[in-house]
Amino acid sequence: MTDTNSNQLIRLSAARLAQKLAAREITSVEVVQAHLDRIAAVDGGDRGVHAFLHVNAEEALAVAAEVDAIRAAGGAAAEELHELAGVPIAVKDLIVTVGQPTTAGSKILEGWHSPYDATVVQRLRAARMPILGKTNLDEFAMGSSTEHSAYGPTRNPWDLDRIPGGSGGGSAAAVAAFEAPLALGTDTGGSIRQPGAVTGTVGVKPTYGSVSRYGAIAMASSLDQIGPVSRTVLDSALLHQVIGGHDPFDSTSLPDPLGDLVAAARLGNVDGMKIGIVKELHGEGYQAGVENRFNEALELLKEAGAEIVEVSCPNFQYALGAYYLIMPSEASSNLAKFDGVRYGLRVLPEEPPLTIERVMGATRAAGFGDEVKRRIILGTYALSAGYYDAYYGSAQKVRTLIQRDFEAAFAKADVLISPTAPTTAFKLGEKLDDPLAMYLNDVATIPANMAGVPGLSLPGGLADEDGLPVGIQLLAPAREDSRLYRVGAVLESLLEAKWGGPILDRAPELTASPVVEPVETLVDAQEAK
Amino acid sequence: MAAINRDDVAHLARLAHIEMSAEELDRMAGELAVIVDAVKSVSEAAGDDVPATSHPIPLSNVFREDVVGHVFTAEQALSGAPDSDSDRFKVPAILDEA
Repeated sequence: MTDTNSNQLIRLSAARLAQKLAAREITSVEVVQAHLDRIAAVDGGDRGVHAFLHVNAEEALAVAAEVDAIRAAGGAAAEELHELAGVPIAVKDLIVTVGQPTTAGSKILEGWHSPYDATVVQRLRAARMPILGKTNLDEFAMGSSTEHSAYGPTRNPWDLDRIPGGSGGGSAAAVAAFEAPLALGTDTGGSIRQPGAVTGTVGVKPTYGSVSRYGAIAMASSLDQIGPVSRTVLDSALLHQVIGGHDPFDSTSLPDPLGDLVAAARLGNVDGMKIGIVKELHGEGYQAGVENRFNEALELLKEAGAEIVEVSCPNFQYALGAYYLIMPSEASSNLAKFDGVRYGLRVLPEEPPLTIERVMGATRAAGFGDEVKRRIILGTYALSAGYYDAYYGSAQKVRTLIQRDFEAAFAKADVLISPTAPTTAFKLGEKLDDPLAMYLNDVATIPANMAGVPGLSLPGGLADEDGLPVGIQLLAPAREDSRLYRVGAVLESLLEAKWGGPILDRAPELTASPVVEPVETLVDAQEAK
Repeated sequence: MAAINRDDVAHLARLAHIEMSAEELDRMAGELAVIVDAVKSVSEAAGDDVPATSHPIPLSNVFREDVVGHVFTAEQALSGAPDSDSDRFKVPAILDEA
């Protein structure tokens, strides 16, 4: 396989890879190796993307070889292969996997191996999709920049000095840098969609309960949702179809399937659909270049036959505040299990007495980073006697108001549309010392999590002022994820026509970054001489 | 609503089993005061007549058959434990008199 071929392979969509694999024009081993080579070339070193925390080369190549052998043998086994068999994928390191470490981006789980696979991982294995590795994230998925990872930040492939979004910056950057055609993310307040927006990729937060959360390390259980990350709308639909569906191991899993999402993505028609602009989710506080791309998307949809209507969701103004009470409350409870007893780090206090309580205090002090500690303290506060009604109770009422706003909006519109994030990617370090400024990145994505409705972000072009990708968000009523794919696919093709090809084709070429040799290795080499 | 102060943070850190240095308590108290101030409008948003929502898409009566299903072996369950003894998790003294 020549370099040119390898370069072409990594740029193909998952749907195209699947076609070529089924036609036996290419092998899965070639596809997996091309991506492993890409990871080796652009992910490591001082100026690497650093999307991956662990690369699973051996297992991925073994699964690929199995798929190739089945296809080569032909017959019933080859016929029964899943459409995406042999197409590789990266998995956010919040999702547990047998045979690979799972860290959640935290020191407290460094080196930990799960004894079980998440349901979504079982489904990837059933479809025989090789898993390339585990991707970087803000610690326990708490952040909007991936800078809160205990293992160092991920860099945005569009500009290595900028953030790739978060918490799923690793998954989005891996897909944007052509290190993987597909990835899994998790979205509690925007952690799939906002990284998608700032890296020029597609990300979907499915309807709450439509994809099993079993095996996703929980941050806020009533908000968390696993979903697809890809470069095209169709690819997200294909992956969503693999991971979705009822799971008895998740008691919040919806019993009924969502219908044919792939068919919706292939339908490509918005004629007569009503698309609602949410008055509260654009305008003041949104970067000019973001607003411009958003307005262009509206024009394109109108030209394609959609009717644009304006809707108002007045209670969305309270969504961010309510989210920052509910999420930390649930997180403070969910993270109580990291106590140095059953798994992960155990740190002994420096001075006696050596009691379990003091071991817990020392372990959690050393194992958690600042943002995790902030949220645990905030959640513990919001749940305290005397404050519970004013904070957690009020926030739950706001949740009802947000649901009512969505109901009223969806009475007037089939889908809602907004920018995904108020700005394009900011500089690494820019908001690290200002937690509140960091939280404001999620202002447009949080309402969907509060109400459990599905949301999709797709690239809307580049902002005039900085040339960085802008995300367009679509929202649909619960269980109507198919509408996101239907409208998303149309908007994607209209935008590609306008920009003369996929937005990601305009990303700067990443040059191979030399891996810095560790000093010890050099010393060993010297001594060996 | 009351503002959050350094003593509150020290108390909450004890409840949450996170040891904090004096410097950390100072910094955390300042940061949390800003965040609490930003979210306090939530308490005035909804009237008494608005019911609370705990889960976005409620399901009722989610049961399964009462039979032993997916269980770990002791070895699997202990595979990530910092310390274990005779198929059990091993921890330091529970009480102070160690």
